[in-house]
Amino acid sequence: MLKLPIYLDNNATTPMDPRVLEAMIPYFTEHFGNAASRNHPFGWEAEEAVDYAREQVAKLIGSDPKEIIFTSGATEGDNLAIKGVYEMYASKGNHIITVVTEHKAVLDTCKHIEKLGGEVTYLPVAADGLIDLKQLEAAIKPTTILISVMYANNEVGVIQPVREISTIARKHGVLFFTDATQAAGKIPVDVNKDGIDLLTFSAHKMYGPKGVGALYVRRKNPRVKVTAQMDGGGHERGMRSGTLNVPGIVGFGQACELCRLEMEEESKRISKLRDKLENALLQIEESYVNGNREHRLPHVTNISFKYVEGEGLMMGFNKNIALSSGSACTSASLEPSYVLKALGLGDDLAHSSLRFGLGRFTTEEQIDYTIEQVKNTVLKLREMSPLWEMYKEGIDLNSIEWAAH
Amino acid sequence: MSYSDKVIDHYSNPKNVGTLDKSKKNVGTGLVGAPECGDVMRLQIEVDEATGVISDAKFKTFGCGSAIASSSLATEWLKGKSVEEALTIDNMTIVEELSLPPVKIHCSVLAEDAIKAAINDYRKKQGLEELVFEERIH
Repeated sequence: MLKLPIYLDNNATTPMDPRVLEAMIPYFTEHFGNAASRNHPFGWEAEEAVDYAREQVAKLIGSDPKEIIFTSGATEGDNLAIKGVYEMYASKGNHIITVVTEHKAVLDTCKHIEKLGGEVTYLPVAADGLIDLKQLEAAIKPTTILISVMYANNEVGVIQPVREISTIARKHGVLFFTDATQAAGKIPVDVNKDGIDLLTFSAHKMYGPKGVGALYVRRKNPRVKVTAQMDGGGHERGMRSGTLNVPGIVGFGQACELCRLEMEEESKRISKLRDKLENALLQIEESYVNGNREHRLPHVTNISFKYVEGEGLMMGFNKNIALSSGSACTSASLEPSYVLKALGLGDDLAHSSLRFGLGRFTTEEQIDYTIEQVKNTVLKLREMSPLWEMYKEGIDLNSIEWAAH
Repeated sequence: MSYSDKVIDHYSNPKNVGTLDKSKKNVGTGLVGAPECGDVMRLQIEVDEATGVISDAKFKTFGCGSAIASSSLATEWLKGKSVEEALTIDNMTIVEELSLPPVKIHCSVLAEDAIKAAINDYRKKQGLEELVFEERIH
């Protein structure tokens, strides 16, 4: 029997793997020590557990455990990396390059940097969501200290050419930071092969607990330093003060290990389901995939169903299927997804989009059900859509003078 | 955000979805909103010319559940009303009936605008002067 509701919003967060929970439990009660308590067994146990988790986390991204700074999640990692580099390398320059499709945690941090007097270049993306490497290189100036480009996008799943970006960064002696929140644990990420200087990711996007993440900070070739953004006990090599969230870190470590061991098989299985879903939904007239389909995470598809509105569409099945829309009908601004708009989608297509995020626990049965529900609802709403009627009558919607409101 | 039962009911079983013959002199059509804003409503009324009573009303809406429900409700309320009575339908009555949250009030405003636009279209076809409504900010 199919159990409802179905969760297809794995880019927002993932359910925790029971194996992760199991690893965490003893660290709430039995082994509750403070990892910084150096002089008794409670502290030693906690420290040992953190050290082990640090190795597990480091292994997933091919780094040295000493290069892992535990944080509260990717938002903190984004803030620490960008603000920390900006402060630490102030004598070198004040220019940062990023991309318009970055997560708000990066964009808003960059806005903050601008208020502090820094300079930020926001690179555009092509219609497929990828940046133009020539444009990136051309944006570098003598004052550039950091390039911040996400590994993979959270809305469309597009994977940026990370290795090419790092090559350019290296050539010009600029640090390269990547927000790998969506990529880590889903596709192979290796900080050395990829030439990454700083990288952040979060446990709850990869079947781990919420409230814990990591910032990778390179120690060799070059040695990178960030200025701490929180003052305190000098934990995490002085870069991030605050008592370590031991159970969270243990869970994060376990989640990383599971991803590392199971990624290959898992991504094959999930991408097959994703393709099945995508191909079936593309059979609906006037439906389009948003973003590059080749350079893309295995578990995401973002589809616009022209002439129906995303939120209205979701309402047809959101009691039974959880996913997300690029429509922002609920926000006060009424602005649809800035990511989709950056891809050049008109507001109408951006309003008509759904993001399907599959995951470790997605089954074929769930996908079959989703296909049927989405199809039916699109067809039903089109019968109700004046735009669909006009389209069918051959009326050019651009020829109509819409009353903007 | 969760929807009220009434919104869900109108969304699941919309009343009066459809199209009236635009070429008829006693049919008024109002098309409001814009695809860029995420909602477009088309509301049509058919008026009994002898009595001035709205004998039929139809809608088609591109938008969220609240927009669909607001227009569905509007068509229900329009039927059987005289054109003059129809002008008294206020967006806040729709808000109350459907328990729309503040972020969805614009859906009810759109429905009110659609009613007025349909009535004006009807008046124009009848050779009557178009009514001027106060501009409002959505």
